[in-house]
Amino acid sequence: MKNYINLLRPFRNAWGGVTSHKLRSLLTILGIVIGVSAVITLMSIGKGAEADILSRIQTLGADLMMITPGSQMGFGGVRGAAGSATTLTMEDAAAIAERTDLVYAVSSIFSKNMQLIAGSENMNAQVTGTTPSYMETYNLNTSGGTFFSDYDLQRGTSVAVLGSTVAETLFGRNDPLGQNLRLGTIIVRVIGVLGSKGSVSGSPDNMVLIPLTTMQQVVAQQRTARGEQIISSISLKVKDQNLAESTVTQITDLLRTRHRLLASSANDFTITSMQEVANTVSETMATTTLLLGSIAAISLLVGGIGVMNIMLVSVLERTREIGIRKALGARDTDIWVQFLIEAGLLSLAGGLIGIILGWGASLLLSWLGTMHTLVSVDIVILAVSVSIAIGLFFGFYPAWQASRLNPIEALRYE
Amino acid sequence: MIQLLDIQKSYVIGDRELLVLRGVSFTIESGELVAIMGPSGSGKSTILNLLGCLDAPTSGSYFLDGREVSRLSSKELAYIRAQKIGFVFQQFNLLPKLSALSNVKLGLEYAGVVDSKSALQSLTTVGLADRANHRPSELSGGEQQRVAIARALAKRPPLILADEPTGNLDSKSGEEIINILAALHAEQKITLVMITHDSNIAAHCQRIIHLKDGMVEKDEKLY
Repeated sequence: MKNYINLLRPFRNAWGGVTSHKLRSLLTILGIVIGVSAVITLMSIGKGAEADILSRIQTLGADLMMITPGSQMGFGGVRGAAGSATTLTMEDAAAIAERTDLVYAVSSIFSKNMQLIAGSENMNAQVTGTTPSYMETYNLNTSGGTFFSDYDLQRGTSVAVLGSTVAETLFGRNDPLGQNLRLGTIIVRVIGVLGSKGSVSGSPDNMVLIPLTTMQQVVAQQRTARGEQIISSISLKVKDQNLAESTVTQITDLLRTRHRLLASSANDFTITSMQEVANTVSETMATTTLLLGSIAAISLLVGGIGVMNIMLVSVLERTREIGIRKALGARDTDIWVQFLIEAGLLSLAGGLIGIILGWGASLLLSWLGTMHTLVSVDIVILAVSVSIAIGLFFGFYPAWQASRLNPIEALRYE
Repeated sequence: MIQLLDIQKSYVIGDRELLVLRGVSFTIESGELVAIMGPSGSGKSTILNLLGCLDAPTSGSYFLDGREVSRLSSKELAYIRAQKIGFVFQQFNLLPKLSALSNVKLGLEYAGVVDSKSALQSLTTVGLADRANHRPSELSGGEQQRVAIARALAKRPPLILADEPTGNLDSKSGEEIINILAALHAEQKITLVMITHDSNIAAHCQRIIHLKDGMVEKDEKLY
């Protein structure tokens, strides 16, 4: 007797129940619709923001590693004053660069905030003295002109490459190439402009890059007790990202030896890999996304209670129908399944409409440029299954009540 | 077909126990056309609910087709209702949102009958094939009751129970309904038990069981 028509039967009955009160069904599912679309929209905003930040980090390269002076502060630790952390030297950079098995594109960086003057315009920006390898270290390219060369580095020529924001601020629509720029005591000639990297902290957009040797002419470089030339930081690329951890360990050992640190003392430098930064950002954003999603999920819960409310009313209103069905031979489970499916259908419909609205809203936000959103399939699947589960959960009690009705009393119900 | 042995049924209302049936026994053979009569409160509807397996007796035994059904679970009772019993109610009890044909199909559904042709067939039997797609609200009282009879009939049950089938109808429609029921009984050898107040209706039956105060007062064979 169990054939496909019998399996479809409860769905047909439930569909009849849903469609017989169209406006009511629509209002009932509104809560679910709003809940699901809120979950999808908010989660996609969160995911979009995460992807945005990560992609900006990725343009710098996940294999980028930065070494800065000063130790990482632990709990209760005290970090020395900014000026006191002058432990990295050009000699350190050279020593690291020799480890070609681990790293490449090692750049020494010596930077300082300075006033820039070009014609009548002036601004404050970070002037970075570095080596030509900097281009490769930070995945940079020039949108116009060229970067300075090894020759410029050896001779300490007065040339500069501008970040895109700096170029725009100082020269506006004029072509900055070949123009002169005053940096403190010297005048440099602009030979290149960098392509924009987007706003991420430490972005070269807001920098002026000059040869390290030129920088030494502008700002007196300090030396350590052993006569090594102090620099601000060292940036480099890891050769094999899978070996990032062991690379960190080996560079740490190298620097500790060079700095003659005792086994008991802490590192006087910090190694940060972009991979680590990316991971941290991912974790933080995932938490934020989850928080947004949970807030939206509360409205889903409210929607579920709405479904339950209407199902209870519906059971009461259709008491006579239930009596008739039972007299015709419906078992308790037939009635139970019919009402449960009805609740499930209601919230499934709500879920599907919610997806369309939520997805649409996300696309609209992206399209308007308000914010970058990313709808992921797993969120959609999650929202649908949660909405069905909510329908079944909140439909359970009303359906059970319906199935328990005494047929004789149900038939007499007016 | 039906054998009732000393059936008692009591309801507890508040803190009082109300004895509705005080030991009812009778036997109805297969193919009989029986009317149950009696003043209100005599226990007619209670008997019919018990016969229809909608309710279980407080004590006593009920054999349907030789099977003791008075102690069955609600699931087993539902199965018996679905397979063996067709109901016709005073209030018609059609689902207002469904067409006449869909209402008849509903009677087939729980019996597990898949062949939907028999739904239209039984509508034809009661002369309503041309009204198959009308809703109950678009039909007269007599027509609605004919749809209800078609619904009870469609799964070809051996037993049809009718609770004052003409009670809500004018005398002309009532006469029509009783003629249909009598014809069904004559042609299809269905066992038919009906409750009625109307002695003209009861006169169509072979046998009248008179109830009074929850007991059989008189068991009258007409022919």
